[in-house]
Amino acid sequence: MFASFDFDVIRRSFGYLFLDGMTFTLTLTGLAALGGLIFGTLIALMRLSGFKLLGRIAGLYVDLMRSLPLVLVIFWFYFLVPYIGQWVTGSSRPIQVGAFTSSLVTFIMFEAAYFSEIMRAGIQSISKGQPAAAQALGLTYRQTMRYVVLPQAFRNMLPVLLTQTIVLFQDTSLVYVLSIPDFLGAASKVAQRDGRLVEMYLFAAAVYFIISCLASFGVRRLQARIAFVH
Amino acid sequence: MNYHWNWRIFWEPAPNGTGNYLDMLLSGLVLTIETAICAWIIALAFGSVVGVMRTLPSKTASSVGFAYVEFFRNMPLLVQLFIWFFVLPELLPHGSGLWLKQIPNAPFYTAAIGIGLFMSARVAEQTRAGINSLPRGQKLAATALGLTTAQAYRYVLLPMAFRIIMPPLTSEFLSTIKNTSVAITIGLIELTGEARAMQEFSFQVFEAFTGATVLYLLINVVVVIAMRFLERALAVPGYIGGK
Repeated sequence: MFASFDFDVIRRSFGYLFLDGMTFTLTLTGLAALGGLIFGTLIALMRLSGFKLLGRIAGLYVDLMRSLPLVLVIFWFYFLVPYIGQWVTGSSRPIQVGAFTSSLVTFIMFEAAYFSEIMRAGIQSISKGQPAAAQALGLTYRQTMRYVVLPQAFRNMLPVLLTQTIVLFQDTSLVYVLSIPDFLGAASKVAQRDGRLVEMYLFAAAVYFIISCLASFGVRRLQARIAFVH
Repeated sequence: MNYHWNWRIFWEPAPNGTGNYLDMLLSGLVLTIETAICAWIIALAFGSVVGVMRTLPSKTASSVGFAYVEFFRNMPLLVQLFIWFFVLPELLPHGSGLWLKQIPNAPFYTAAIGIGLFMSARVAEQTRAGINSLPRGQKLAATALGLTTAQAYRYVLLPMAFRIIMPPLTSEFLSTIKNTSVAITIGLIELTGEARAMQEFSFQVFEAFTGATVLYLLINVVVVIAMRFLERALAVPGYIGGK
């Protein structure tokens, strides 16, 4: 069955696949997770702030993002980001935005909705006595959140946040729809150039599988350790 | 913003000759729903079986179930669709591979099966969680009454488990609907695909995507409302959310 296969195509394109493609995928995953976590935490704080209007807006944003398919959101931002850039910089015409910036903005905005739900659950899992004690000690709201609530919420939710990051890692493959050479995009380019679809797609699948498996194994180990320390 | 808005574009005739742009989006909506329902049936069927396997006392059954879930969960859906669509026909013997390539509507079948199997791993996890959430006494009592393992699952455990996991299953179904948009990459022109086509034909980017967004929101609202009724009808008395 594998007789007519040419696995040498993988060796030939190794540098392109990993130095260009995988670097793009991992950088995008890392930065989007970081940005998504920061914005997600802000959204969660807005929803729990007690200001009705602020909570409403944050809630609507989360619901909107969570009911749209990621592919549609990628298209939306691909066309929207130049206009957002124009608005931010105040220039007279839509600005040119590179593939990386465009997809980074997309994933940060999209993941913020999912991370915010995780952080909200994390904040709500902290017992009421903690912020009450912090206030009794004279800490401001800001200090209470910064030094008491958020560190614990983050720690409790770390396994879930990391699992979501693994999902994000897999989801970054969808930038394929914009013909951006992430890992899958690079594999696909080589596959089409050399007419080696079978080898390249099986290889890409194996690479995603191994990375995700190792990462989720790591998360499980971490979860056990966190549970043990408690 | 120097973008030329034209909301009447939806009523202008589309160049593919099937009516106006709104019809185009609606036909995409129908295809999205059809694909999602087929995929969901596959996901429920395979997911329930695998979920049950993971809770069985047999070591073999539970490790086969574990391998199944890990296999489908650790690869991006896009890659899985590529494997079914581009790789599988090449790996089969020449005759059946050729037959597979010539099936009409191949993107539809590939999407339904690929997304169905992808989602089945998630349904399996929910089913397992539902069964494991039941008090141990339920299974013990069923066994004590002389029920076989199959009967215990059929009459005691599964009816309870499925009613308990209705809310998470709702969100899995919503994910299934959203995931159909990934099939755009293998040439399935569903709602997102039609919006993209409309954008390419008419150059009205934001109107096209707004149309698709509104339709997706509509499906979500309909599904959530329908499932809320179903959840209320099926809620187990005595549980939170029950009567």
